[in-house]
Amino acid sequence: MTRGDALARAGVPTLSVLLFLAAWEIAVRALRIPAWLLPAPSLIATTLADNFASLAASWWFTVRITLIALALAMGGGVLIAALFALSRNAERALAPFAVVLQVTPIVSIAPLIMILTDSPLATVIVCAWLVAFFPILANTLTGLRSVDTNLRDLFTLQRATRWQTLRHLLVPAALPSFMTGLRIAGGLALIGEVGGEFAAGAAGRDTGLASRILESAFRTEIPKMFAALTLVALTGVALYLLTGALSRLTLQRWHESERH
Amino acid sequence: MTTPTASAALSLSQVRRVYPGGRLALADISLRIAAGEFVSLLGPSGCGKSTVLRLLSGLDIPTSGTISRELSDDAVPGYVFQDAALMPWASVRRNVELPLMLRGEPAATMRERVDAALRAVGLGDSAEAVPRELSGGMRMRASLARALVTSPQLWLLDEPFGALDEITRFALNQTLLSLCQPTGDGKPATAVFVTHSVYEAVFLSQRVLVMARPGRIVDEVAIAVPYPRDAGFRTTPHFAALCAQVSQALQRASAMGANA
Repeated sequence: MTRGDALARAGVPTLSVLLFLAAWEIAVRALRIPAWLLPAPSLIATTLADNFASLAASWWFTVRITLIALALAMGGGVLIAALFALSRNAERALAPFAVVLQVTPIVSIAPLIMILTDSPLATVIVCAWLVAFFPILANTLTGLRSVDTNLRDLFTLQRATRWQTLRHLLVPAALPSFMTGLRIAGGLALIGEVGGEFAAGAAGRDTGLASRILESAFRTEIPKMFAALTLVALTGVALYLLTGALSRLTLQRWHESERH
Repeated sequence: MTTPTASAALSLSQVRRVYPGGRLALADISLRIAAGEFVSLLGPSGCGKSTVLRLLSGLDIPTSGTISRELSDDAVPGYVFQDAALMPWASVRRNVELPLMLRGEPAATMRERVDAALRAVGLGDSAEAVPRELSGGMRMRASLARALVTSPQLWLLDEPFGALDEITRFALNQTLLSLCQPTGDGKPATAVFVTHSVYEAVFLSQRVLVMARPGRIVDEVAIAVPYPRDAGFRTTPHFAALCAQVSQALQRASAMGANA
């Protein structure tokens, strides 16, 4: 990769975002759009700075729950994928539940979870987990199923133990698919967290960014709502970049998906 | 040259293999292969050549009939697949050491044996490369080294050079002979080689078994030319006559299959 390429890769998206923000700022000022309808980026930035301490606390709540849910989704998704890979009958028995949970919109299950768990915190974690878990399960399972059959035979011929086969063949072979699942799940966990917070209607001390968005909307503090929204969006972008970097780090030497 | 009637290292007696679904892969075939003999199985696609290898390796079991392998109990055959079947995430060194690693060989001797195997196939300088960085021929060399590293008494080769260009194929034929039929005081290993190529079969083997659909051995051509054989052998009239003889046998076999 030449230096020009590197510059273009970082510079072009930065430039397009800056141009978009500038156009927004100019449009709001020129058309005199009121702040309660659409605040200018500069107003959102100053609101963010003014409310930084309280918003940062909410941000940390959201990030923590998202990461906990993502970690649980990784553990659960990989374990269940391994179980399905070992036993077709386990898959036949459990797959319908996984699919039903996946296709039912999270905001419609959330009130039910709220009743069952009787805890806003647990509801938010379960919601985020539910949406993040499925892509990890599905992708990891695909990875485990698509191991080179000749390599499988080779391990059989060499009388490899189950543990050796898992460690030296299945785990590395499924890694690229798992990484794809993780990249999708990172963003979804955040969406699940926000959806869960909306549904759980958490209020008071322990609240995340979604509760702040709702709260600001009720109070018609629109610039503050946009400030919280900006933090949610930036967190999503950070998760996307983080999981992407993790994927590149682990796969770049050998896997086609990370060749540049 | 070892004659087929000498003590058989391998024998199949009235072996039948019917796959689930009823497809007949092998129809009661019997064959004997002597210790140190190099035998090729030649025939049209779907005539059961690969099935014979899988049965000899123990990866598959016959529907009826008996298979005997006069090998020490812990002997694992060196199996070379149609594609190189390397682990894409591991270096050439780690791929080649896999059979030793699975057996728990100490690191020091493992390194020594891997180095020797890599030198023998001409990959001494590529130990740290990953498969993606190698050409098709080099990948197949790594695959040969992985089989060689355990010093197998039995080589089972499933059309290993089918995807290579002719020049690379000739070079690898020569390498394979130097591994299975070493000059000097090295003991020859028994080899069963599956191929579609008449020239390859004649160049490499002491005996060519011609197979036809469904799963029968219909002809046998002895290649009574002593080892070592070099490139000069390919240009002799004797080589041409043997190739003509094997080609005719193959044509008859294909016609039989078409009528079956």
